[in-house]
Amino acid sequence: MAFHYKDNPAPKTEVLDDGTIVTRTCAWSPPGCHAVGCGIKLFVKDGELVKVEGDPDHQLTQGRLCPRCLALKEAVYHPDRILYPMKRAREDRGKDKWERISWDEATDLIVSETERIREQYGSEAICVYMGTGREAVRYGFTLSSKVLRTPNNCYAQSGWSCMGPRQTAMTMMLGSAYIELDYNGGSLEVWNDPNWKRPDYVFCLGKEPLESNPDGLWGHALIELMKQGSKLIMVDPRLCWLATRADQVLQIIPGTDAALCLAILHVLIDEDLVDHEFVDKWCYGYDELCERVKEYTPEFAAQECGIEADAIRECARKLGYDGGQHHWSLLMGVAVDQNPNGCQVTQCLIAMAAITGNLDVPGGTVVGVQMQFEMTGATDFMSEELKNKCIGWDVYPIVKVLLNTTHPDITLEALETGRPYELKMAWLDSTNLLSPTCSAQPKRWHDALMKMEFTVAKDMFMNPTIMALADVVLPLATWAEHDGIVMTNQGCQMGIAGAINKALQVGECKSDLEMLIHFGNAFYEKAYGEEYPFKTVEEYLVDDLNKMGHSWEELSEKVVASNDIGGYHKHERGLIRPDGQPGFQTTTGRVELWSTGYDSLGDDPLPYYFPPKLLSEERPDLAKEYPLVMTTGRRYFASFHSEHRQIPSLRDLTPEPYLEIHPETAAELGIKDGDEVTIENPWGTAHERAHLTPIMRKDVVSAAHGWWYPEEDGEEPHLFGVWKSNVNSLVPHRVLGKMGFGAPYKQLPVKVYKTPVEECVL
Amino acid sequence: MSNIGLLFNYEWCSGCQSCEIACRNEHGWPLGTWGIKVEDLGPMEMEGGVMEFDHVPIPTSFCDLCEDRVAAGNVPSCALHCLSNIIEWGPVEELAKRLPELGPKTTIFLPKNNL
Ligand code: SF4
Ligand code: SF4
Ligand code: SF4
Repeated sequence: MAFHYKDNPAPKTEVLDDGTIVTRTCAWSPPGCHAVGCGIKLFVKDGELVKVEGDPDHQLTQGRLCPRCLALKEAVYHPDRILYPMKRAREDRGKDKWERISWDEATDLIVSETERIREQYGSEAICVYMGTGREAVRYGFTLSSKVLRTPNNCYAQSGWSCMGPRQTAMTMMLGSAYIELDYNGGSLEVWNDPNWKRPDYVFCLGKEPLESNPDGLWGHALIELMKQGSKLIMVDPRLCWLATRADQVLQIIPGTDAALCLAILHVLIDEDLVDHEFVDKWCYGYDELCERVKEYTPEFAAQECGIEADAIRECARKLGYDGGQHHWSLLMGVAVDQNPNGCQVTQCLIAMAAITGNLDVPGGTVVGVQMQFEMTGATDFMSEELKNKCIGWDVYPIVKVLLNTTHPDITLEALETGRPYELKMAWLDSTNLLSPTCSAQPKRWHDALMKMEFTVAKDMFMNPTIMALADVVLPLATWAEHDGIVMTNQGCQMGIAGAINKALQVGECKSDLEMLIHFGNAFYEKAYGEEYPFKTVEEYLVDDLNKMGHSWEELSEKVVASNDIGGYHKHERGLIRPDGQPGFQTTTGRVELWSTGYDSLGDDPLPYYFPPKLLSEERPDLAKEYPLVMTTGRRYFASFHSEHRQIPSLRDLTPEPYLEIHPETAAELGIKDGDEVTIENPWGTAHERAHLTPIMRKDVVSAAHGWWYPEEDGEEPHLFGVWKSNVNSLVPHRVLGKMGFGAPYKQLPVKVYKTPVEECVL
Repeated sequence: MSNIGLLFNYEWCSGCQSCEIACRNEHGWPLGTWGIKVEDLGPMEMEGGVMEFDHVPIPTSFCDLCEDRVAAGNVPSCALHCLSNIIEWGPVEELAKRLPELGPKTTIFLPKNNL
């Protein structure tokens, strides 16, 4: 893994004539989005942030920024911001009876309560809850395992439906931490590098990278590729703006992706559009795959997916092997995961890339290396006995193998039933899980987490989750207020490694990393009688970068490096396997089209399709009353999940949650643009504002997620209006794929009607 | 400073609205006032199933071409921050030469304060 710096990088700081200090830094939520690390210049005068600008010297983003980071100042100085630690009596949960306390008091309280609970119920009674994408994900695993010393770390999304299925196939078939679009992110010249060849096609399934910048990919890199001629094939039930610029659009019924991908494999194999040299040398189980996909004809898939069979053939031919002249790159998104069939969708996608000779070649799909942070292996030092108490490992062993976390659905059941044991303490690590962001059935999570004897939370703003559940809240710093590091896909993919350089201090806020060090020292000293390995953030960062063979000082000074992770054809050069041998990090050392890993975990080793579990084919009973299919979770520029609703400029861009519905469907239902509508199914209801648009399939509606209303009453039972537009209340609990991954967030049967006047809440 | 214009290759405008917020940051416009606004053309289904759907950035009469920034040697705020990098500025004659290079869906605006 090599870092490359510009020869003469702009200085880290600059002092203007009027005394304003300009600091170059890189962003990572809060606030913002995933670990993209966009380049920013912060103008600070007399300790106050006066201006935010893009940093033109950042080789990837070149000064460009989203509205979310441009509006940073409004977040930093927002009157509702949490600036100090606060506590509240347990009986006052749900009431705005917060009392400011000192960091010392908060620390003593947290350590003593944690140790009381550990003493009384065991370490496993403590559970850390994490959200998605924010900086907390870099440190939260260390927080749970090494600082709080519990095996239980929970990401509350049913079926681990963000990364679970994708990670399964990437790990089991390749041994890769992540695979990514090739935009030449490891080069200082990125897409302008004359030695690089852009993908001829980009096959994008279940992802809209412009709004979401998923998992650290800077989404607008795709626009640069398309300007240079990369053609886009878009698989999406919504014909979004990006799809209008695509070469081909497959507007499928949500949840039928596996049928589509199996049919593409069918055509590739049937028409022999296959790179046999690669298959013979590097793949395992090709013949079995050929046998399997025979039954999945384009005609079969067309029926399931609601598209034309010929469109599938046309698509497959574009992706087929043509002697290596053309290459295509894969972009697969969270829609793959939010599907009980998701482990098989990813299996197909990787097989498509492999058999057409498009794995780890320029313009193909880049295979990732190991992540550069303490996630996996973080519990290694624990006794086997304690480790194996991690909730859900006995039911779904895959979480143990892959993720070192609890199983989310089993965690909810454990909270509710006290089996296999009672959970007593929650640490809400930068997650707003009652808002419709991750958990399915958030009301159940609310009631279950109310039973905790002690709950700690940290965030920038009071939100419904904290107001309802927490006893202590810790003030979280923005990325402008601390030192840190941000790497594309946690360093496992080519991209940037950026320094987060502190430019100001606001209130008594601390960053995730500062809190890790702070509580590390507090617990080790007060509870364990040991010495925590790091006294300061700087010591931690020096060590972190040293482990990667680089220097924190240099990164901080030069602000951003390009990280090439070893280039292409890594399997040929022994760069994927830890033993340095050529091949992939799998049992057979090959790309496992027939997966020994799936087999050992009790799933079919070959990909297969099943129709969406809750839609008409499987549940005609539901379809009668709930004829529409709801997908949810589409991104927009003004927010990152439940962030940003209180930022005036951003709320102004997207003031309300919109349900996208086709004008003809709306007309049949007597719904007009702007009407408040109720979305309903057997599991819940949500209210949104109808937005009539022809980009939707007529049988599908798309609901906004993440909504709560910071301007409304925060106290129970209203909780900032968190139940009004809570689309996750329509997602049933534990409707999963065989291995326990993938839930039907994007394939729900619903009915939609104009909300009667007396029931309007928006 | 006459005949300085702004060029938008809106074929690639993703509708991110960064230009709007960047302009507000630079000029301190209150909510509801814009130096530039991104309007939608469509989405509308037209003959032959063609889906017309463009985001079209349009400077308002408040746009001063970032006079102060440009005088200090910087690029206009919207051009710097544009996520798709589709905003150019300069003498309209120069911009006009860019039209055939950039292709369809490109516009040139002469902001009001320029006249
Ligand atoms: S991609 Fe993320 S980090 Fe970058 S500017 Fe946008 S919101 Fe900020
Ligand atoms: S040139 Fe300056 S004033 Fe004009 S729209 Fe762009 S940012 Fe606003
Ligand atoms: S910043 Fe650029 S891409 Fe974004 S809306 Fe404005 S003109 Fe379009």
